Amino acid sequence: MGKKRDTLGLVLVLASAAALMVALGMVFLYAPREATMGDVQRIFYFHVASAWVGFFAFFVTFLAGIGYLARGERRWDILALSSVEVGLTFIAMTVITGSLWARPVWGTYWTWEPRLTISAVQLLIYVAYGMLRASVESPERRARFAAVYGIVAFVTVPLSWFAIRWWRTIHPDIMTGGEGMAFTPKMGYTLLVSLVAFTLLYATLLRQRIRLERAADVLTRLRLRAQNIAK
Amino acid sequence: MKFLAKVWVIVVKDVAAELHTREMVSAMLVFAVLSLLIFSLALDLRGAVAPGVLWATVAFAGTLGLSRSLAREQQSGCIDGLLLAPVDRSAIFFGKALGNLIFMAVVEIVLLPLFSALFDVALLRPGVLLVVALGTLGYAAVGTLLASIAVNTRAREVMLPVLLLPLAIPLLIAAVQATGGLVEGASLGEVGGWLRLLVIYDLVVVAVAMLTYDYVVEE
Repeated sequence: MGKKRDTLGLVLVLASAAALMVALGMVFLYAPREATMGDVQRIFYFHVASAWVGFFAFFVTFLAGIGYLARGERRWDILALSSVEVGLTFIAMTVITGSLWARPVWGTYWTWEPRLTISAVQLLIYVAYGMLRASVESPERRARFAAVYGIVAFVTVPLSWFAIRWWRTIHPDIMTGGEGMAFTPKMGYTLLVSLVAFTLLYATLLRQRIRLERAADVLTRLRLRAQNIAK
Repeated sequence: MKFLAKVWVIVVKDVAAELHTREMVSAMLVFAVLSLLIFSLALDLRGAVAPGVLWATVAFAGTLGLSRSLAREQQSGCIDGLLLAPVDRSAIFFGKALGNLIFMAVVEIVLLPLFSALFDVALLRPGVLLVVALGTLGYAAVGTLLASIAVNTRAREVMLPVLLLPLAIPLLIAAVQATGGLVEGASLGEVGGWLRLLVIYDLVVVAVAMLTYDYVVEE
């Protein structure tokens, strides 16, 4: 088995590095200082971008789960698993950046604000997904269970979103100050570039995670062969 | 009609098995009363928190019954017989889910009057009973699907609440809000949004479970 150069992977690494540099520059130099919140508002661009990527990653897992159940091919399972792991990183980042932002703006690290809450719920769901995988011995069965859980979990996310949203609107929260942000076009462009940069970063990490899993598969097969030869 | 007959046979089997031992419903009941006791020691229980405590109790007692229900199939080897039988896998799902719904309903029949008396809230009215029925239906449906998964993992009983509770969040929020609203004297129309959310949740999880149950019990 020869060494194959991963051209796509390399292109993704370079593209996401460049896009992240541009996004960073725009966040700190181009986007204007928000009138009421000040510089702390700048965390918002990466916060929203990571929330988007997290949600998108779990959507990919949902699709990959359907793909696995329909086809039964290992590559769909690899995609589902890789996307969850990368998505978890981004959702964790969303929750952390959200808390950091909430501290100066709302005066507390945590409030049951709908968007923060739904991120925390997604974090819990996909941690459970990981625990489920770790708890099933047979690879084929693990893939099947994970696919089913990935599907049923994802369809409850929008319902959770509505439930949390209505719940907080019916009992108005004094700290819901987030709506009143003064939004200018420059902020819009910065957010757009951040979204593109983070999506590229997601693709890069996903690509590497998939390669890692494939390499692990190859290693397992080689081990089995070596054992057979030793016998 | 034939499909319903098959579902019914599985339900009858589960109820008959439970009537022999009574271990599941009695464990759920004792657990429910115990958690009620713990809640009343831990919180200053007034009417306002009653809906929350009620649903937390139902959810926790529910996971207990759900994992037991599927573990029993596994231990007795009954699930293999069911899978060999010439019935649709979705019939097995509906049979098990309906059985679990019945067991949870039995627990609730005892729990609701007890709650009404202890918390001095009027839970025994048609509106609240409708919310309880819708909430329990969705919980039993998604719970049966996930318990069928959890029973085949290494962690078994520990796995079910970890898988189930985060997915039950929309159901629990809607049920608590609707129950709370009705207890405070709102009409059914005023909590209509929450009822609709409960119905949508029920439909979605039943549909997904029906489509995926095949892959869960496949050998």
